[in-house]
Amino acid sequence: MAKLPKQDELLQISYKPPKTPWMDLPVDFKPGTYCHGAKGKDLQAVGFPNARDWSPGEEDWKLPEEWKDTVLAGMADRLGKYRSFRLFMDVCVRCGACADKCHFYMGSGDPKNMPVLRAELMRSVYRRYFTKSGQLFGRLAGARDLTVDVLKEWWYYFYQCTECRRCSVFCPYGIDQAEITIMGRELLNLLGLNTEWISGPVANCYMKGNHVGLEPHTMVSNIEYLVDDIETLTGIHITPSFNRKGAEILFVVPSGDYYADPGMYTCMGYLMLFEELGLDYTWSTYAGEGGNFGFFTSNEMAKRLNAKIYAEAKRLGVKWILGGECGHMWRVLNQYMDTWNGPADFLEEPVSPITGTKFTNATSTKMVHIAEFTADLIHHNKIKLDPSRNDNLRVTFHDSCNPARGMGILEEPRYIIKNVCNNFFEMPEDTIREKTLCCGSGAGLNPGENMEVRLRGGFPRANAVKYVQEKHGVNMLANICAVDRVALPTLMDYWVPGVGVCGVHELVGNALVMKGEKKRETDMRGEPLPERSAEA
Amino acid sequence: MAEIVVGDRHIPLDEDGFLEDASMWDEEVANFLAKTEEVELTEEHWEIIKYLRKYFDDFNVAPPVRRMVKDVHRDLQTIYALFPSGPGKGACKIAGLPKPTGCV
Repeated sequence: MAKLPKQDELLQISYKPPKTPWMDLPVDFKPGTYCHGAKGKDLQAVGFPNARDWSPGEEDWKLPEEWKDTVLAGMADRLGKYRSFRLFMDVCVRCGACADKCHFYMGSGDPKNMPVLRAELMRSVYRRYFTKSGQLFGRLAGARDLTVDVLKEWWYYFYQCTECRRCSVFCPYGIDQAEITIMGRELLNLLGLNTEWISGPVANCYMKGNHVGLEPHTMVSNIEYLVDDIETLTGIHITPSFNRKGAEILFVVPSGDYYADPGMYTCMGYLMLFEELGLDYTWSTYAGEGGNFGFFTSNEMAKRLNAKIYAEAKRLGVKWILGGECGHMWRVLNQYMDTWNGPADFLEEPVSPITGTKFTNATSTKMVHIAEFTADLIHHNKIKLDPSRNDNLRVTFHDSCNPARGMGILEEPRYIIKNVCNNFFEMPEDTIREKTLCCGSGAGLNPGENMEVRLRGGFPRANAVKYVQEKHGVNMLANICAVDRVALPTLMDYWVPGVGVCGVHELVGNALVMKGEKKRETDMRGEPLPERSAEA
Repeated sequence: MAEIVVGDRHIPLDEDGFLEDASMWDEEVANFLAKTEEVELTEEHWEIIKYLRKYFDDFNVAPPVRRMVKDVHRDLQTIYALFPSGPGKGACKIAGLPKPTGCV
């Protein structure tokens, strides 16, 4: 693995564009800036083309002979199928409003990370093969041939975009850069040009139901392990059910929440909350993954992986579906699931059994975000909370890109945090809510081998955290995304040491006063509660 | 693809130095991998490695870090002292477990 550069090296960012015209500037595959290539076995597991082991750092990418025809045919097909794609290829006026909004551009200074130029990598090929002006005037009309080098450039930069859509907020035309990246990745995928970190979880999810590849007994064992920890903490024994037919609600989370730190504390928070409510819900070992790395390969793959959620809801006969704290999972669930795999007319419009609130926003998808669910409980005063248990924390909230920009979940998590914590501080206005800055590791870019790019891309977010750390003594970065929970700790340790990372429902679990619980000695992480440390 | 040669066996590794095929692991392979991690295997190391192998036999995946810490009765600091690359890239790698991927 590439050696991690020091902070001051990474901060030597030049925003001066190189003298060489961009079309003549080849990609430098510098270790630390790109992911491993997909493994043949993982591509094969889901029937993806050109399944073989390959390495992006090597000259030969083992492309099929007819690769160029495949890409152009794929492009023609998608231009016909997706009106948005054709529109986004045509309408940009190069105003540059997006240019400095991308966290990868801010952190690297690489002009090809300006959203406008990242899109131009593909638009130039579009013009050459699909417009009259490009066919006639070539480079004069901003067109260029599709070559192996162009293909490599696509791969490098379309896997250096987290599909966060911050640039789209500032685009006067509303061009969705994520859709351009999605199309770029789809076309690359036709040649087996995926990454190990994306295609591995896709294969796992397809074969075993979740990204990590946990088998049913392993998922159950992990959750039961958390149940033991909850009993140690509260004295209350919980017996969650799995694959239970006739439950009112199916609960779906990202698998990171029952496998990785600190997501497991978030998961404990869910379990405690549902126990306290007496909620009639079930986990599923089949629909054990709400996240969808298929979304980072192709729409078709995302649809295949998503199908299990409605299928399981139907099989179990639940009334509606509740979803945990995840980022891209909600872009898929909120904006695609219904049209891909719906209509879910066998489900009912979600109604909270505790408050009677109808979640009319989920009338179509039948799936409610846990932040909405919990905020509604608090609003109706249905749970007892002791926010002083979180008094050791000075919390800020990182809006996860997809729930914020893809779903409008902006107020609910803040409302929850303000009710379960006494110390909450916002980061600067241009870095939160719909203008939130990405963690730098979304859309499948969270392995270790591309760490330099992750740290560069995450720098603007980290910088905003540093601001509230210095101004308000913030020591905890809350969020509602499983990738955030695994990526931000690394980012904080590097740029803003002393700031921890947690899910919102970890804070809920700590503050939740449960009926019959014993006096709590520690928080979920085993740290002494603030009042006790004050006594000591 | 990288590989190590242990005795007369050629054992393929992935880009991060994890075994491609966990079934090719044995104690000799662990000793070899430990050397690449600059770890001298003591009894304490072996206790953790054996725990990881048993967990892997039962569950077909590496254990969550929290669970490993609790099951082997050692804090994370101690595990880092024993395996400087950490529980995943150090201990699990030497124990021949595949690396977990996803939101992890």
